[in-house]
Amino acid sequence: MAGSNNIKITPPRWLLAELTYACPLQCPYCANPIDYAKYQSELDTEDWKRVLSQARLMGAVQLGFSGGEPLTRKDLPELVKYARDLGYYSNLITSGYGLTEKKIVQLKEAGLDHIQVSIQASTQELNDHLAGTESFKHKKEVARLVKKHGYPMVLCVVIHRENIHQMPQILEMAEELGADYLELANTQYYGWAHANRDLLLPTKEQFEQAEQIAQAFKEKVAGKMKIYYVVPDFYEDRPKACMNGWGTTFLTIAPDGVALPCHSARDLPGMDCPNVKDYSIEQIWNESKTFNFFRGFEWMKEPCSSCDEKEKDFGGCRCQAYLLAGDMYAADPVCSKSPNHHVIQEAIDSAKASTLAGNEKPLIFRNSKNSRLLS
Amino acid sequence: MTINPDQTIKFSPLHRLQWEEAQQKNVILYPEGMVELNQSSAEILKLCDGTRKLDQIVSELEQKFATTGLVNDITAFLEVALKNGWIQQH
Repeated sequence: MAGSNNIKITPPRWLLAELTYACPLQCPYCANPIDYAKYQSELDTEDWKRVLSQARLMGAVQLGFSGGEPLTRKDLPELVKYARDLGYYSNLITSGYGLTEKKIVQLKEAGLDHIQVSIQASTQELNDHLAGTESFKHKKEVARLVKKHGYPMVLCVVIHRENIHQMPQILEMAEELGADYLELANTQYYGWAHANRDLLLPTKEQFEQAEQIAQAFKEKVAGKMKIYYVVPDFYEDRPKACMNGWGTTFLTIAPDGVALPCHSARDLPGMDCPNVKDYSIEQIWNESKTFNFFRGFEWMKEPCSSCDEKEKDFGGCRCQAYLLAGDMYAADPVCSKSPNHHVIQEAIDSAKASTLAGNEKPLIFRNSKNSRLLS
Repeated sequence: MTINPDQTIKFSPLHRLQWEEAQQKNVILYPEGMVELNQSSAEILKLCDGTRKLDQIVSELEQKFATTGLVNDITAFLEVALKNGWIQQH
């Protein structure tokens, strides 16, 4: 391990509270770990309050209530109120499933700042297929209610090969629903999305066409709707500055209390992530081996260590390096300077071949049964 | 986008302006984002409460900081704020 000497540690700004892995939906690109079903225990209300207080004191201000589906936690309104009293700006990241007008009002009164509703596609048939649950009509209704009760409305659509052709209709739907923000999140290939990559990764042509349409729309709605575009890094030359740098900004707490520098960090070998039941947030952030692991630049190998862009992208994503190059210290293979860059083209070719062959395997849906089978 | 001098200016209800003790500065918070403000920007935005028009904001700040000639800087900042959706005019 490197990165522990003389590095100025910045305080966390973002806290992602993954309240539960329970979810009524089964999206095949879910960011939760494949083996989520083995983590049965969940932090209780008092644990979460302690985490919120400690992180806020250190400077965290943006708070995401996520999951799984955070609405399945009965204590959500209590936690929202607690977070508001501490001064957090709180975001509810939800499928909308089980969200009623009564609850939308209750959460507003508790101090929730915004609700991000995910929609899987622009048509009922595809949405319900991808979600693995009949949910399309209700999601649209929820989006309208969120707007009606004065929240900024953020619509999130994860983009992949099954829905990328619907880009014009997705944009129309966002406009019709009056979204204040539209997050077009090109799938990132971790967890369940990694398992389903051959079926989800679009071709370069598909991606370029969709991006062009989204770009033109962005200009059309400037001043009315903001668009967050999460780039598909497989078609970039340089890696993303993952998490704005390891242990610099983002703190994720998993349902069982494990503290993570990013969603997938618990899958990295030897990471031994600390639990909030055993340590304070301050100890975890400042002193733990996990959070210091990839701080700074000393851990880097070539071509990263002598690269003049290392302060911009920090060598990319550690989890992607591990997943695709088998080495968490390696350059993110997305980078064209990486000696492993060919694996990206191989993934693209493999996905394309799987479409052409017409013998695609079915999507593996995210549910407890599949989680146990695959882990 | 330009500021209409005949209309009052109001901070957007879809954003939150807040003092951050840990950062020792004012910030604007919105879905998944945060903008850090310098002191003068924060002073301008605090006066955007839906009761004041541009000229009132300018004269109050000139009085507060015992200076003159702020109109161009304040207008330029408010135009940026309007473009970013931090303020509204009705």
